[in-house]
Amino acid sequence: MITDAMRERFAREVAKYPADQRQSAVIACLAIVQQQDGHVGADSERAVAEYLGMPPIAVHEVTTFYNMYNQQPVGRFKLNVCTNLPCRLRDGQLALDYLCRKLRVEEGGTTGDRLFTVQKAECLGACADAPVLLVNDLQMCSFMSRERLDALVEALRKQPK
Amino acid sequence: MLDLARFQSDGEATCFHGRHVGAQIYAGLDGANWRLADYRKRGGYEALRKVLQGMTPEQVIAEVKLSALRGRGGAGFPTGLKWSFMPRTPGQKYLVCNSDEGEPGTCKDRDILMFNPHIVIEGMAIAAYAMGISVGYNYIHGEIFEVYQRFEEALDEARAAGFLGARLLGSGFDFELHAVHGFGAYICGEETALLESLEGKKGQPRFKPPFPASYGLYGRPTTINNTETFAAVPWIITNGGEKYLAIGKPNNGGTKIFSVVGDVERPGNYEVPLGLPFAQLLELAGGVRGASKLKAVIPGGSSAPVLPAAVMMDTTMDYDAIAKAGSMLGSGAVIVMDETRCMVSSLLRLSYFYMHESCGQCTPCREGTGWLWRMVDRIEHGTGRFEDIELLNSVSDHIQGHTICALGDAAAMPVRAMIKHFRDEFVHHIEHKACLVGARA
Repeated sequence: MITDAMRERFAREVAKYPADQRQSAVIACLAIVQQQDGHVGADSERAVAEYLGMPPIAVHEVTTFYNMYNQQPVGRFKLNVCTNLPCRLRDGQLALDYLCRKLRVEEGGTTGDRLFTVQKAECLGACADAPVLLVNDLQMCSFMSRERLDALVEALRKQPK
Repeated sequence: MLDLARFQSDGEATCFHGRHVGAQIYAGLDGANWRLADYRKRGGYEALRKVLQGMTPEQVIAEVKLSALRGRGGAGFPTGLKWSFMPRTPGQKYLVCNSDEGEPGTCKDRDILMFNPHIVIEGMAIAAYAMGISVGYNYIHGEIFEVYQRFEEALDEARAAGFLGARLLGSGFDFELHAVHGFGAYICGEETALLESLEGKKGQPRFKPPFPASYGLYGRPTTINNTETFAAVPWIITNGGEKYLAIGKPNNGGTKIFSVVGDVERPGNYEVPLGLPFAQLLELAGGVRGASKLKAVIPGGSSAPVLPAAVMMDTTMDYDAIAKAGSMLGSGAVIVMDETRCMVSSLLRLSYFYMHESCGQCTPCREGTGWLWRMVDRIEHGTGRFEDIELLNSVSDHIQGHTICALGDAAAMPVRAMIKHFRDEFVHHIEHKACLVGARA
């Protein structure tokens, strides 16, 4: 469902490009869909395709090519922990393992209460802050020791619905 | 947005530590003073005024050529020369800033955009004037969404003050600039993949030639530079190319920001003159963590060949010295590894990354990166064979130079360098089904 508020944001993205290049806004529009719905489903792909005047398959190509799109529903909080080499040298992998054990999920999985999805990520571009994780594709959390991971999980659990 | 401020970096550790040497881009920053008014207090936008009021485009390009500024994104190509490739003819041309900072180890552009966004806007406006360009895009790594939002805010400030838009500062020159974000694809840091992404497509690199200067965004002439490259431009215009050159070494002008990461006491970004001895850079970052011994360094982001400690301790940090030592300066990410690190296991993680991020377009890269990962995986896990070592080199040979873009080379080079410098670790894994260093990672 594309709401009026979303259309307004779409329009701001489209306005950045020449009038005959609306397709350029597709990455941003799909990100807006994901911020709203938590994932990008086939219906949304079709709606975005129609809005931008491009074939639905071309939108689907974008959804499947870029790593951050959720093609399936995820938990309320998606946590992406970087495990690439520079982070791994500073316990990025251990942070991921700890989070999975703590929340009792496999890497890539979602907790039974649908609150958390935990995934490993490739370079987030915050290597000097390792271990780092990204919350819902929007907010980077830095220096995530076990204590800070505990506190983060606690803080997220307390977020009002 | 959730209130997660207490879990987020405030830049103290990476940028405001006061251990830069002769900083230009990071000079005087404290995290709070990123706004237009603060930037102007630091002399911001005076270089743009100088250019618009008294320099021809040719003079601007000549000044940048004189400075020996080289691309800060990875390739190290002379910036002034790149600008001179743009056609002089009128017609729509584009300027693109590559802020898709995803080369493992690198986080310097993030701190520039977050804490000093206007320096990039000013640098881009000057570049646009020099090449007669009226529209620009700054493509920002999708994972740093808050940085993208910060940059959008800075753009609004610049527009409102007349530093962007029609008739800049009352001149006859128009320049509009937009922020754009990616959404998780390492390959989009490759300039032609980035252009495809900007056009709303999968980020699959284009064959070159034609180069972007003749066929770029929407088929129009386009210049693409890294964030830090643009950020260096205002200083060069204000102080002169000669002075910039004098700060570094011949052919390696100015300061460079190094992201020193991994096994050091104080990981962070350090802006220093090019040509600084590696030993001094390591010292700025507090030395090897836990008084451990240095084993190896990947000096230019994960795609650069690894170098053993002894070689690194003898080299200086500039494009030519690192190349002479057998690696490359790349993006300036300095990945430090101490004596406890297993090189097989480290290579395994890198090989997984390149397999994961190969765009799938060229067979040698799409298939070869999988081969590399599977072979390193079996060596790491005790089922490797002696002939695998030569097979790794052979597969690397078949990837390197046989693909449209440099991702194939980036996947192959670390493999060859790891085997070249640390062959005994690979042999030990195969022979004893165990790690030579008993590594903790």
